[in-house]
Amino acid sequence: MAQQLCHRTRSLLRLSAIVSSSSASSSLIPLSDSIIPRQQQQRAGFAADALTVDVPVPFKAHKCDAPSLSVETSAQELLSFFKTMFTMRRMEIAADSLYKSKFIRGFCHLYDGQEAVCVGMEASLNQKDCIITAYRDHCIHLGRGGTLLEVFSELMGRKDGCSLGKGGSMHMYNKKGGFFGGNGIVGAQTPLGAGLAFAQKYLKVDGVTLTMYGDGAANQGQLFEAMNIAALWSLPVIFVCENNHYGMGTAEWRSAKSPEYYKRGDYVPGMKVDGMDCLAVKQAVKYAKEQALKNGPFVLEFDTYRYHGHSMSDPGSTYRTRDEISGVRQERDPIERIRKLLLSLEIASVSDLKTLEKEAKSEVDEALAKAKESPQPDTSELFSHIWVKGYGAEAYGADRKEVVVKLP
Amino acid sequence: MNLFSAINNALYTALDTDPRSYVFGEDVGFGGVFRCTVGLRDKFGRSRVFNTPLCEQGIVGFGIGLASMGNRAVAEIQFADYIYPAFDQIVNEAAKYRYRSGNMFNTGGLTIRAPYGAVGHGGHYHSQSPEAFFCHVPGIKVVIPRSPSQAKGLLLASIRDPNPVVFFEPKLLYRMAVEEVSEDDYTLPLSSAEVMREGSDITLVGWGAQLTIMEQACTEAAKDGISCELIDLRTLIPWDQELVEASVNKTGRLLVSHEAPVTGGFGAEIAAYITERCFLRLEAPIVRVCGLDTPFPLVFEPFYLPTKNKILDAIKAAVQF
Repeated sequence: MAQQLCHRTRSLLRLSAIVSSSSASSSLIPLSDSIIPRQQQQRAGFAADALTVDVPVPFKAHKCDAPSLSVETSAQELLSFFKTMFTMRRMEIAADSLYKSKFIRGFCHLYDGQEAVCVGMEASLNQKDCIITAYRDHCIHLGRGGTLLEVFSELMGRKDGCSLGKGGSMHMYNKKGGFFGGNGIVGAQTPLGAGLAFAQKYLKVDGVTLTMYGDGAANQGQLFEAMNIAALWSLPVIFVCENNHYGMGTAEWRSAKSPEYYKRGDYVPGMKVDGMDCLAVKQAVKYAKEQALKNGPFVLEFDTYRYHGHSMSDPGSTYRTRDEISGVRQERDPIERIRKLLLSLEIASVSDLKTLEKEAKSEVDEALAKAKESPQPDTSELFSHIWVKGYGAEAYGADRKEVVVKLP
Repeated sequence: MNLFSAINNALYTALDTDPRSYVFGEDVGFGGVFRCTVGLRDKFGRSRVFNTPLCEQGIVGFGIGLASMGNRAVAEIQFADYIYPAFDQIVNEAAKYRYRSGNMFNTGGLTIRAPYGAVGHGGHYHSQSPEAFFCHVPGIKVVIPRSPSQAKGLLLASIRDPNPVVFFEPKLLYRMAVEEVSEDDYTLPLSSAEVMREGSDITLVGWGAQLTIMEQACTEAAKDGISCELIDLRTLIPWDQELVEASVNKTGRLLVSHEAPVTGGFGAEIAAYITERCFLRLEAPIVRVCGLDTPFPLVFEPFYLPTKNKILDAIKAAVQF
């Protein structure tokens, strides 16, 4: 018994060292062996070994063979899934209260409920891959290497934001992480994604582009233009439809003749995946990436759900019942699923997980406090970055004589 | 009534008086995101008031087809910022159908409604004023109301006008503007500007929500003894050139104000025309007090917008030229 306790304490210490993200880089992608050498893992008597988990919901394939339902993972990976998703959840909830207390103004589209999609995706991607998405982008930004401070500052329109406070909630970008935003206009990002993939193929980068959109955007014409182009030129792009079943307030069956979004590519192979299951997402993206690098575009439809309304101006309960929302929360919540898995596989105990949760909460609180202190951008930033610096355009004051500003 | 109720009333009247009129767009069924279409579906049925999927190009294209069969199609674009996918349909199809078919077909029954303009926290994509893009297209009309009573009359006129109309509604005023609006079926003439306030020193021309700001500036200027004449253009193309010209001939000075960026905004067209016509009468260069030449900013919105003080400064500068 004592020995077991000892083991637990040691692994707990090891856990907090490994899984807690350093404030500087905060890359919340799952850790690989290169970060923790095998010897160290074995010495710690640590459950870092690989394990296989079977995902329950079968994949639905369209013009391709579905991959196996047995997903290879590891204890570390599962723990990092848990911590990352929990951090994202806390971040979105913090954003909710920031909006209600008017620190965030404008529009704020929250991702809570859908965390498994972005975390599972990151598990099968690397920094050579590109992601581009729509406006529900806070968590995806984190997944690509953004920090909590950057997200909170950007939401509040402060200088330390990832887009210097000029973009806001819908426009978060991360160049190093290959994250191309953060786009407000529905569907406009899909042809962009095809373009990114073209660049990757041409430059032989050995990466794919995941161009993400929702069930509402799935009816935009430009998506089909992008799919056709991608298929024609065999581009390594994965069209990811995050189907949370409601396009703002419109249920999928009201806006789409065929809500089987994974089949909408027609000649483009596709797959439907349970988007609330991190491991299923990981497996699907791994498979899709292989396919895309070999054969060209692929469509992935993630069956997911958002707890909040479309945005903070939407209560989210006028077009769906509260029972539905709480039902999904009880039965399919992605964080709870991983928690149950961790507990049943005895990778972590209830108190281990509580510790991780506490860490996540304090990280979020810390970043939030720091973000609140960040100043608003300089007024000169109103004029910067319209065109390339040095263009020399002028903007006038009211009388066109006295006040003349040369745009930087 | 406030603006959205007036619009609602106008749509109700339009649907009631013409059995071949239809209202459609994203989320119009339950009432729309600004409640302009509340109650319409219940009264007129799902075949006449219906939701469309999220595809602006499709919505307008569909509306054009419906209109060319002789129906009155009232399409809603949820925010004017999203009208661009439909731009091709409006410019190349709606505007040119009558012309290229030698008057055999036309899309006169089409009216496109879109909320436009700054709202305080809209950011890049919920605040734009794209009216200038459409003013460059012969074949369509662009109409912008300033108040609930104006909106009802102008919208009914637009729907019944035998030309395609793009109708921009100032979203800032949806709830804020409250006015006595007659329940009757009435229309206001298109291509007819209205003098809101008579004056003799300077003419101010504007449209939509901006007029409220301009009115405040006029009142302030009056304290300094400057008598301002304020004109609501109402229809941007074809615009009431005669009335504006007559006014400038009276006052000798012109100021145009709009939220859209100054370069290439519709104020430029007005300024150029009035210069041609009233050159010798002008006492001062025509002033445009407009949005800055930047994308509509997030936190910098108060700096971007043409505020009362900017207009006031410009009035004084013009009068003292």
